Amino acid sequence: MIVIVDYGMGNLGSIQNMLRRLGQDSTVTAEKEIIARASKLILPGVGAFDTGMQRLNDLQLVTLLNEKALVERVPVLGICLGMQLITNSSEEGALPGLGWIPARTLKFQVNEFDLRTPHMGWNEVEPSNDHHLFKVPPGQSSFRYYFVHTYFVECEDHANVIGWTNYGNRFASAIASGNVMGTQFHPEKSHKFGMALLKSFSDM
Amino acid sequence: MRESVLKPRLIPILLLRERGLVKTVRFAKPQYLGDPLNALKIFNEKEVDELILLDIDRSKSGTEPDYAFLKEIASECFMPIAYGGGIANLETIRKLLRLGIEKVSINSCLAANPGFIREASREFGNSTIVVSMDVKRSGLFQRSAVHFNRSPQAQVPKDPKAFAQWAQAEGAGEIVVTSIANEGAMGGLDLSLVELVAKSVTIPVIAHGGVGSLADVKAGVAAGATAVAAGSFCVYHGPRKAVLISYPARKDLDQL
Repeated sequence: MIVIVDYGMGNLGSIQNMLRRLGQDSTVTAEKEIIARASKLILPGVGAFDTGMQRLNDLQLVTLLNEKALVERVPVLGICLGMQLITNSSEEGALPGLGWIPARTLKFQVNEFDLRTPHMGWNEVEPSNDHHLFKVPPGQSSFRYYFVHTYFVECEDHANVIGWTNYGNRFASAIASGNVMGTQFHPEKSHKFGMALLKSFSDM
Repeated sequence: MRESVLKPRLIPILLLRERGLVKTVRFAKPQYLGDPLNALKIFNEKEVDELILLDIDRSKSGTEPDYAFLKEIASECFMPIAYGGGIANLETIRKLLRLGIEKVSINSCLAANPGFIREASREFGNSTIVVSMDVKRSGLFQRSAVHFNRSPQAQVPKDPKAFAQWAQAEGAGEIVVTSIANEGAMGGLDLSLVELVAKSVTIPVIAHGGVGSLADVKAGVAAGATAVAAGSFCVYHGPRKAVLISYPARKDLDQL
């Protein structure tokens, strides 16, 4: 069972809607007993970094999530803020992140490029390191996803970057280390492109 | 601001009334078009960039959104949806996000509660909060002013530029600027208004009101809009305005 962790941040309904369309059962919950039994976890999230970490702390979920991700090693997908939370830190806040992938979250310095923030809209992802999250379904030649964010992730090791996107600079729009994965974009709102990605995740 | 990095978005803007899909001209004379769920299925198949849904009665009356119906809609839509109409408190937004709506469009409630943008963006993040401004031109010099159904509190700026800057400072993640005079006329956007607003803020600006062709979309983007929203252009066909749910082909949009 895929568990979508409900820590009060973001549009959980959309992820469940798309999984349902893929024929995948999922539960949206913050209950420890249910999270403990999850075969896969999705860490969604929209909003501020510290608020997100604080909610996870308040719900006393951090130890359990660490256990699932690092010891039990179930597939975990962080989406948007959820991806940023699995890094070590963020320029948006003061609290430490979950630190599952050696990376930090930085603010877009796009003024020098004369670009607007948030980076909001459809953009291309160039897959790298041949990750199976970006398996190409028949008939698909590009990777186009919906983004909404003001902060981006910088990995210490580029081996952990599985997708790149350009917005002023090139940034890591998808990352992975073993069973832990993250996408800066919203697969649940990216039509067939997102559906293919969530299917790949579901099939892991 | 340079916008060439992102594909320009074309966003169908759909008006809801009593679970029916309607279209207005200059915010008046709503004409019934059909079942919104049908329209949404078509937009979904056409892989539209994004959708804006506005429940026009609820924004007037201030009654809460039709959650059950929106849930049905959201479960069919695999693109971002912004919803507006009857949003007056944080709990309403929380419920909408939970059922699969990404963004909320805030407008009417600002007249009485100017602090709401700040409150909502702090709780849900800037990118969730779309502030919509309806602009009317009037008087001898056709001066434009942000229009509300009731007279807003003093700190809400009436001047479009000042309003946009205020909304950004309060925490809006995006602004939809609508020209009331052009709305539903399909004669082109109010480009000077779009340019004025786009120049005065650094957040994305969605231009709305008057799109009748792909050339109008292109002109809106050239005037500085990050995205263009269109009602009639996506629901009518031909000079007699036959109802036809349509959306340009991806290759035509990418070429803009």
